[in-house]
Amino acid sequence: MTWHPVASSADLTYRTTYHAQISGRELVAWRADDDAVNLWENRCLHRGSRLTLGINDGAELMCRYHGWRYANRTAGCTYIPAHPADAPARSVCNRTYPVAERYGLVWGSVEPQDSGQAGPPAVDLLEAGAPTPLRPIVVNAPPAKVADALAGYRFQPSAAVTQHPGAAADWRSYRSPVGEWDVATVERDDLRVTLRAADGDDETHVVLWVQPVDAHRSVIRGVLDARPPAPSRLAVLRHHNHLLSRLRDRVEEQAALEPMPEPIQVEIVPVTVELSGMPELGAGRRAPLRVRVARKWSAAADVAGFELEPVGSPLPGFQAGAHIDVHLPNGLVRQYSLTNGPGESDCYRIGVKLEPESSGGSVCLHETVREGDVLAISEPRNNFTLSRASERTVLLAGGIGITPLLSMAQTLRQSGLAFEMHVFVRDRRFLPFGELVSSCGDSVVEHLGLSPQRTTEEIGRILGEHTLSAQLYVCGPAPMIEATSGIADELGWPEESVHFEYFANPNEIDDSTAFDVALARSGLTLRVESAQTVLEALRAHDIDMPSSCEQGACGTCLASVLEGEILHQDVYLSRSERAAGDRMLTCVSRATSDRLVLDL
Amino acid sequence: MARVASPCTDPVVLDMWHPISAAAEIKPGRVHTTRLLGSPVSYTLDGDGQPVVWRADPALRPGMPVDAARITERLPVIDRFCFIWTSYGDPPDRLFSIPEFDESDRRTFAAASIGVHTSAPRAVENFLDMGHFPYVHTGILGVEPHTEVVEYDVDITEDNEVLATRCLFYQPLAALAATKGQMTEYTYRVPHPYVAMLYKTAPPDPSRLDAIAIFVQAVTEEQIVAHNFLCMVDHTNTDSELKIFQQKIFGQDKPIIENQMPRRLPLAPRAETPIRADKSSITYRRWLSDLGITYGVVPEAA
Repeated sequence: MTWHPVASSADLTYRTTYHAQISGRELVAWRADDDAVNLWENRCLHRGSRLTLGINDGAELMCRYHGWRYANRTAGCTYIPAHPADAPARSVCNRTYPVAERYGLVWGSVEPQDSGQAGPPAVDLLEAGAPTPLRPIVVNAPPAKVADALAGYRFQPSAAVTQHPGAAADWRSYRSPVGEWDVATVERDDLRVTLRAADGDDETHVVLWVQPVDAHRSVIRGVLDARPPAPSRLAVLRHHNHLLSRLRDRVEEQAALEPMPEPIQVEIVPVTVELSGMPELGAGRRAPLRVRVARKWSAAADVAGFELEPVGSPLPGFQAGAHIDVHLPNGLVRQYSLTNGPGESDCYRIGVKLEPESSGGSVCLHETVREGDVLAISEPRNNFTLSRASERTVLLAGGIGITPLLSMAQTLRQSGLAFEMHVFVRDRRFLPFGELVSSCGDSVVEHLGLSPQRTTEEIGRILGEHTLSAQLYVCGPAPMIEATSGIADELGWPEESVHFEYFANPNEIDDSTAFDVALARSGLTLRVESAQTVLEALRAHDIDMPSSCEQGACGTCLASVLEGEILHQDVYLSRSERAAGDRMLTCVSRATSDRLVLDL
Repeated sequence: MARVASPCTDPVVLDMWHPISAAAEIKPGRVHTTRLLGSPVSYTLDGDGQPVVWRADPALRPGMPVDAARITERLPVIDRFCFIWTSYGDPPDRLFSIPEFDESDRRTFAAASIGVHTSAPRAVENFLDMGHFPYVHTGILGVEPHTEVVEYDVDITEDNEVLATRCLFYQPLAALAATKGQMTEYTYRVPHPYVAMLYKTAPPDPSRLDAIAIFVQAVTEEQIVAHNFLCMVDHTNTDSELKIFQQKIFGQDKPIIENQMPRRLPLAPRAETPIRADKSSITYRRWLSDLGITYGVVPEAA
């Protein structure tokens, strides 16, 4: 792999873009706030706009034409403003090129990364001291001719320049002395020339590279082996700038005598077949609402809070316990409970816990989505409803599971109804929406850093014997919900008074069977193949069925079953609801019989 | 580079009508010269005020007086929609129609002719595009967070024109006569490979539509003059105010479309990455392919 210098490190300043080029290929170079240097194809994949026109916001480069954003390092497209809901489901990724910084220069290669060489070849002469880059000199001449001319470059050792009377005192008026100097070519390697100037004991090495910009365009990028001492450093840099500029003039005069070579035609690599087609209109889960991220803040050590305000029409109302589907720029759809109190209808607020190990929903929200972005969301749905007709209401939250319960607590408080809220978290730093929790008054008890065993004991103590019309609402990790259900059962809490909401379905889903589904009202019989869900089969026949989490946790795709044996695989239905055998969640549950009849 | 500036050999393009000048800007009896499809072309008005167009003759330099009657080798010419159109080949009998042009209460005029370093199809495609409004025409034709391009319809009509309808976009200041933000409905039309038109609600009279077009003169494959044409219901603003508004909008587009690479519009599906907002441009690209246009594009087979 051949590396070429494409810029001085100092060219990649804070939040700018830099136009680099190697052998006709245009590149955009930019430095992110974490100091990572990016070297990419200088084209937005969408419409071929030069990304050097774009905006470097420190973490992403935004195309100036349609606002597409590309991430630092990966060049993956993170946001397509024209389609908050459907377009970015495909993984759009710009071409990146190997890049490295060395000797004060930025290096790149446009060849395939096969040799695995991590950076440009080391130059021993520059490894020891403090290599100092010279001002780059642009030359309108073929790179090979420039390199040939550089072999005859003549200069003085830095010491001779700095010791020259007047050099330090007045570098502006200093002129390089004319004369024959003792300069030797140490090495010549294609587009690199290493020279040594000596004057008695004084010795300076200069390594000069020719950046091949195009067939008829080059940049001389030189590096001194040592940093000349201030204040006469400028005199040395000026010495080289002056001499290299003269060399440039000579080379350009020579080159002008010959016919100018044609510019190098670079091939624009086609996008993948997958990207070349226009994405289909989003089918399945609907996201009719558009919201703008009005505020994003740290709601706990690992939780980001998002305040979502409407774009266009006002937001629909919601009930305590409701959740929304958020359609993410990376194509994933995730469910988040609203933490809003009653009457807070001007915006929705959600909390997102960072789960780096999961498939990327929370990572996208934490790292990619930012204030000002537009997101597509569903209307709020509520499958975790709060009863206000009870004498005792217990809210049990595990970690981020507090979000729907916060909405409930505010509702109860507003209505003047008594409740107890118990929050289990590792420590206070991990308590989401701490301020909001505090505002719920004395009814909130925090349980910090309990072991699973202690948590279980504490829950038993909190619940106590069931009293008339007492209701329990639990949201948290699956083991906590399961433990709580068990304890409540032992303490005589009837099943219908225990309400739970899982974040996710922890069960392994069996989708190996195939069976028929008859739709009583539509008079239609469908075949559900293995590896296909009932929901997918319904949609394949254009039967509209709402859905949300599509993993058997939220209860949105519930259907009544008239006939047949059900293989329940959800975590939404209670034991007795399952046993009744008259309803199922079409996203995960299947038939154990050959045939199911649904009331659809 | 050599092929970019060489005279056009695309038979389809040679047979089309091409705009070369606003009619009002021609001085009678004087030679005017411009470049069309890689070749110089001259024009003037004769004694009756009728346009005369011919392949440029080095002896008749721009600005010289000329007796149009002595020009015998003439190119076809029509004076339509405030512009002079010509052709190097065998053009159709009629130019496309703009019915609104003949409505007596409309103001129709040439708004600006602006040189742009890009191909004609890139300029047409940009004219059909709404997604860039919040980013390129910030605060005028679009503004964040109103960035979404909702589903719209695109068809090829019986007259073989590209027609995009039900195009809705939020605009803070859709036209000079607009005073507040609104969802604006557009209709886009491509009646000719190098011409794009839009129709949008005229703020003074919501029942009628302003019509705005660019007539693109392909100077070479990668250099154009975009002739802006207005056909307005607006009776409040002066011609000059309307022209300045149009020039401001186009001035914002110019640096963007001059930085699209390649400059010629690629017709191969895998050249770029379409999204649903690009339905009209996808249709336009296919339509160009079907017409067999090769000038100003990177053809599919290439």
